[in-house]
Amino acid sequence: MLTFLNHFINGISLGSIYAIIALGYTMVYGIAKMLNFAHGDVIMVGAYVCFFAVSTYNLPPIVGVLLAIVICTLLGVIIEGLAYKPLRQATSLAVLITAIGVSYFLQNAAQLLWTSNPKIFPNMFGGASIKLFGGELIIPVGTLVTIAACIVIMIGLTLFTNMTKMGKAMRACSEDKGAAQLMGINVNRTISVTFAIGAALAAIAGVLLCSAYPSLVPTTGSMPGIKAFTAAVFGGIGSIPGALLGGILLGIIEIFAGAYISTQLSNAIVFLVLILVLLIKPTGLLGKQIREKV
Amino acid sequence: MKKLNFKSSLDNWLTYAGVIIAFVVLQLLASAGGMSSALKGQLVPVCAYIVMALSLNLTVGVLGELSLGHAGFMSVGAFSGAVTAAALASAVPSAGLRLMIAMIVGAVFAALAGVLIGVPVLRLNGDYLAIVTLAFGEIIKSIVTNLYIGVDANGLHISFLKNTLQMEGGKMIMNGPMGVPANTKIATFLAGFILIMITLVIIFNLVKSRSGRAIMALRDNRIAAESVGINVTKYKLMAFVISAALAGAAGSLFGLSQNTIVATKFDFNTSILVLVFVVLGGLGRMWGSIIAAAALTILPELLREFSEYRMLIYAIVLILVMLATNNPTIKGFFAKIFKRKGAEE
Repeated sequence: MLTFLNHFINGISLGSIYAIIALGYTMVYGIAKMLNFAHGDVIMVGAYVCFFAVSTYNLPPIVGVLLAIVICTLLGVIIEGLAYKPLRQATSLAVLITAIGVSYFLQNAAQLLWTSNPKIFPNMFGGASIKLFGGELIIPVGTLVTIAACIVIMIGLTLFTNMTKMGKAMRACSEDKGAAQLMGINVNRTISVTFAIGAALAAIAGVLLCSAYPSLVPTTGSMPGIKAFTAAVFGGIGSIPGALLGGILLGIIEIFAGAYISTQLSNAIVFLVLILVLLIKPTGLLGKQIREKV
Repeated sequence: MKKLNFKSSLDNWLTYAGVIIAFVVLQLLASAGGMSSALKGQLVPVCAYIVMALSLNLTVGVLGELSLGHAGFMSVGAFSGAVTAAALASAVPSAGLRLMIAMIVGAVFAALAGVLIGVPVLRLNGDYLAIVTLAFGEIIKSIVTNLYIGVDANGLHISFLKNTLQMEGGKMIMNGPMGVPANTKIATFLAGFILIMITLVIIFNLVKSRSGRAIMALRDNRIAAESVGINVTKYKLMAFVISAALAGAAGSLFGLSQNTIVATKFDFNTSILVLVFVVLGGLGRMWGSIIAAAALTILPELLREFSEYRMLIYAIVLILVMLATNNPTIKGFFAKIFKRKGAEE
């Protein structure tokens, strides 16, 4: 029972990381209708920034995290302005390929700057852990912080999109860009802000991811990126609660499949569940079913 | 209408001619010693990638569905082809014949995978379909990574997840995560050339046929096509399976041109690479796919003198090309030039 509980908590923790990444995907997709393949690599950049701040310059971890957020936000805005903004009118495939180009660029730039030798990410939360059931169930503080961060981000984003003017503008743009523009919303700026938020979330996810799996290489972000992307689709892409639900479920499935079925096949099982869900509910768990009009 | 047909068949003949000329020139160059050995080693993989790009162009350009798992079919073809070639090593002494059988087996297995994947997947649309093909690509990778296949006097032995093969002598062909460690390189440039020609014949004839027109009608407007009685599932599946089979044959060719093959070679990045060829070459334009696949496979090789910067340059070139080809000013400029040329004729 305790092992089960332990796996369950690990699953939620991993799922929280996926959920934070998936939020970035889903917001960008909802508003710009593009699959931002470079998102996973922004995670990697965030993790590297935090790594150097904490290990090389001996800054306190919280400063490292803030620095990572600031740099990734800037990076997100720059990428959007240079590579995606000129393609607003282009076909979605053209934007997809450009995003892939950006992803290659970030990975190879990281490889040149920081080499492909794995960096051992410092433990941001010390070695502290909470012991329950007379010390039989040990939960590291990092796991709790990850879950808490996910909840805080989730609540914050929901409030932001529902309460603020910018949030309303975002929802308006994702519904209908033309109508939003006619209502006096600056669509271009709204899209840039969305990218900035997505990139900031990616930075947080990068730090949390590398705290849990401390080996940092230039390709660190790509597999979690793909999985978070499937999580976003799983929950219904474009939906914020969907990203949370999809991310957490994906994390739990991955940990349980690895623990009870086969470690080697855990990825395959994750993707198999995704396929089954999409076949039963083609727009994801919480996705909106849009009627096709002729 | 008649004029249009004439133009497209002229395009097709020019594509055939271009491929034949390129083959003859490269073959002469290679035999005259005017080619570095590194470049020579790239000839067969380039052929394989060209066929991959052509087959993906059938899915993305002609059928109009985005597939992010095309490398999965390549993987199925590569491994089934390698196992076939190794198992038949003593039964079929002629390397050429063995290669042919291996490619056919690769194509058949990939086509089976195509049916298996296509039936559920093609019910979905757009990005959802893309993500499911991605998922299938990853599943195929996971399965292939955990396969153990050996051959001895009693025939093939297969086990999954753990190496539990009980063989009397014989040899291991596939060894789980190590893939096929000792492959025999029997693929030749000539075979690659023939495969490209066969692929072109299949795709051009498909596109010109009644089925091809039905497939393109589905791409242009599914609802309208359905309402005039086109069977959506049948034609979508037809294009998808043909595309998978061609990718399988390309995979066999590629696998048999390498000393070792591992499942991780055919991952998401390879699918994306082939997609880049297709999009850069132009959707539905077969000659574009050929040129893009050849150029972009050779490009990192030519950039070798920049060694560590080459992939960075590749990324920048990719972004700039996408920005340039979608820039309205540049697009308008080219449209003007071509229009003028058209007027003079």
